[in-house]
Amino acid sequence: MTAVYDDLGDEATSDIPVRRIKFTINGAKKIAEIEPRLLLSHLIRRGVGLTGTHMGCDTTNCGACTVLVDGKPVKSCTMLAVQVDGREVTTVEGLASASELHPLQEGFRQEHGLQCGFCTPGMMMAAKGLLERNPNPTEEDVRWALSGNLCRCTGYQNIVKSVLWAADKLRAEAQ
Amino acid sequence: MTSKALDEVKIGGLGSSRKRVEDDRFIRGKGHYLDDVTLPGMLHMEILRSPLPHARIKSIDTSKAWEIPGVHLVLTGEMMATRNLAWMPTLSYDTQAVLATDKVRFQGQEVACVIADDPYIAKDACEAIDVDYEPLPVIVNPEQSQADGAPVIRDDKDGQASNVIYDWEVGDKAATDRAFARADLISKLELHYPRSHPSPIECCGSVADFNRATSKLTVHLTTQAPHIIRAAVAMVAEIPEHLIRIISPDLGGGFGNKVPIYPGYVCSILASILLERPVKWIEDKTGNLISTGFARDVYLKGEMALRKDGKILGVRMHTDADHGAFFSDAQPSKFKIGLMHSAFAAYDIPAAHLTARGVYTNKAPGGVAYRCSFRVTEAMFFQERMVQEAANDLGIDQAAFRRMNFVADDDFPHRTPFGFLTDSGQYAKCLDVGLKAIDYDKFREEQAEARKRGKLLGLGISTMTEPLGAGNSREYDILGIKMFDSADLKVHMTGKAILRTGAKSQGQGHETTWAQIVAHELGIPAADVVVEEGDTDTAPFGMGTYASRSTPVAGAAVAMVSRKIRAKARKLAAHLLEVSEEDIEWELGRFYVRSAPGRGVTIQECAMAAYSNMPDGMEPGLENTAYYDPPNLTWPFAVYIVTVEVDPVTGVWDVLKTVAVDDCGVRINPMIVEGQIMGGLTEAYAMASMQFITFDADGNCVGSNYMDYLLPSAWETPGFELHSEVVTPCPHHPIGAKGIGECAAVGGPAAFVNAVMDALGGTGVRNIDMPLLPDRVWEALTHGRDVSGAPPIRQE
Repeated sequence: MTAVYDDLGDEATSDIPVRRIKFTINGAKKIAEIEPRLLLSHLIRRGVGLTGTHMGCDTTNCGACTVLVDGKPVKSCTMLAVQVDGREVTTVEGLASASELHPLQEGFRQEHGLQCGFCTPGMMMAAKGLLERNPNPTEEDVRWALSGNLCRCTGYQNIVKSVLWAADKLRAEAQ
Repeated sequence: MTSKALDEVKIGGLGSSRKRVEDDRFIRGKGHYLDDVTLPGMLHMEILRSPLPHARIKSIDTSKAWEIPGVHLVLTGEMMATRNLAWMPTLSYDTQAVLATDKVRFQGQEVACVIADDPYIAKDACEAIDVDYEPLPVIVNPEQSQADGAPVIRDDKDGQASNVIYDWEVGDKAATDRAFARADLISKLELHYPRSHPSPIECCGSVADFNRATSKLTVHLTTQAPHIIRAAVAMVAEIPEHLIRIISPDLGGGFGNKVPIYPGYVCSILASILLERPVKWIEDKTGNLISTGFARDVYLKGEMALRKDGKILGVRMHTDADHGAFFSDAQPSKFKIGLMHSAFAAYDIPAAHLTARGVYTNKAPGGVAYRCSFRVTEAMFFQERMVQEAANDLGIDQAAFRRMNFVADDDFPHRTPFGFLTDSGQYAKCLDVGLKAIDYDKFREEQAEARKRGKLLGLGISTMTEPLGAGNSREYDILGIKMFDSADLKVHMTGKAILRTGAKSQGQGHETTWAQIVAHELGIPAADVVVEEGDTDTAPFGMGTYASRSTPVAGAAVAMVSRKIRAKARKLAAHLLEVSEEDIEWELGRFYVRSAPGRGVTIQECAMAAYSNMPDGMEPGLENTAYYDPPNLTWPFAVYIVTVEVDPVTGVWDVLKTVAVDDCGVRINPMIVEGQIMGGLTEAYAMASMQFITFDADGNCVGSNYMDYLLPSAWETPGFELHSEVVTPCPHHPIGAKGIGECAAVGGPAAFVNAVMDALGGTGVRNIDMPLLPDRVWEALTHGRDVSGAPPIRQE
């Protein structure tokens, strides 16, 4: 069992509502005791300790915090942690297997799809959401699917190439 | 003989598009950014900001905040003042309030801080602080700032009777006046380069950790210039440097936003000293957008003296810069308006004169070099907008007008109209490459055809050489510290190495490219060189990464320290080969005997000998440090050409094609260079099209989050075509590189704007201020008038 909460001292703790949730993150089952107002991004970063999910804007605009909830891209900075009770969360740390990178990770490296790396986990998770519903996207499909994720470094051209690279590889692997 | 030299590209040397080393951690979510720093016992800080842009503080009541469980400390300006920390020096010899004591001077100014167990509690407690403000009249532009009876914003400063910060001039006024007197035509242009915010996706933050037992202060901090921060902290906190350690972790972008010293850093440091616990502060996006280093906000009055055959005889410029409430530009001390006078460096112009005035307003302190070398972005934008309008006034073709005024290839070194010395370039050749790529003549025909059908096509050119790599110690310093940079190379006995520099990557890929320079100089495979930056306890003193100075200055230091290592390795090689040093030759990765080339030793064998078999009297080890003071700035040249189509009904414009021709000298890693250019072009497009952060008449910041301050996504951003055909090595840089990080962001905006203005040719519209929002283009088209973007934002 994993309990995740902030200890504010006995006097204060009794005043603070606590919710107990169960969820799966990157295949591992977790139980957390949390304030109802805790954001999913904070549950992931501070509770579970997975810091690959980044927070950029707190307003659902930049997409750096994108994770998958039950396979769909979600901006974790504006989802409450209690909303993932009973659900499955996948973060960037869940992309690679022990021995192998995910084709998206390889693609971003091959095509220079990142510079400072801050938006990259969110970009890859949004791209994963796309490729799962559309394994053969056009450039336009990729640009539209990533339009909720901002990057200040690359100008997107190489990000698009990276995703198309990964799509090619995934299709080749599937054959 | 057959050379046994290593294949440079195979070992990841110069010219190799080696994949980036840093990507391995970033793609796995294993980067280590500021918010990933967690220390035992760490507390969290939040800042309470002023909702008003100009107001006297009558009282601050923090009692309710103190009562909230989990709150450890509430800081106000009054408390900071007891430690002499209510104000701090800026990088431009002004002062800035850390926490407001007397007045607030811009919306979003820091008023109080709460340190608590948890950021949620700290935010709750901030809301429990009661501040009583008495509103004062608000100033949001230079005109208001200089009006009769305008309130003096900086009444805290002795002898400050107005809102003027400085008056500055450069150039030859008399010669310029003479040039204007004999001109056939004078072309005039007035415009505003609007405020823009660099807005890296990662906001600013710090984790201060003061250790009472050792008296050592360690601060993890989002900074592009760790050593400057250490110097500033030493000054402000009165702690000597050896007891301060600044660690700049992976940065989620910088673009100039992470150069200044921000009040949040100072507050977290004081809180950690008072509480003797680590204190983390992570800014939120609105805090970042409304309070940290803005850029631009400069008004131009430009005039060009022209001969009717197209020759530019002289240039006059006057700029009014809006610096906000505190003059906190991070720029060389000597130049008040940065390197604005680098304007027109690409053109052969006999005379020029620039006057500049800086003023205070009730806006966040601005003047950071957003992806630019100290106002070079403004300079090049003004230049290229003036050039376009001058060509139009003369009725001469845009490309031909530029070509006839370019500095010729055989005219280097060339003294620019404002006195810089440029050293190399092939400007006309670059322009030819660009014109061919865009198919210039054909586009002009299509444009004329389309016009007949009511379709508005436009083509914009921007050509420029910009000064990078500040700078030589004669002229460039920040707070008196000369703008050199450094590299420290330690070669282990196995021939593997660790390199540290005084620069600090924010995504530029130093861990990849610095190793390539070492590979080029020493033949040690790049994969065998680890690069570290950002820790002032281990990195040699350097001035950091901004103003495209990494490659021109720190990169040069990497080459120079490698050469020092090679010089010692040569002695070791002579010892191992039992010949005199004079009989030794070098080829990549190997020394050999000149008379017997088959006899040689590798650099790795020399490294082993440095620890195990050195000659008598030689100091053991193979390591060294180089400090590099560049002899001059570097001057890359660029041509950006954009074609657009403007919808006459809605004012929406779409980019049809963008061509970039960059001559940045020798390219260390072509893949990374292209990445930098595409990133720069995107920011150029962003500034030209949508990045809009302004103020209303009441001083409210409009654009305080990403719903209002629009950054282009993958959907809006056009594709780019890059050209690297022209390479003019820098004559004074050790490996001939010139720098590239900012060129496209500097030269790009004018290409986009010129394209839209070109599409509006014949309507009588001379200027629309950036960003060229559809409503502005529509207004210009519909009413046939110029559209100003100067604040306050129009409310109708």
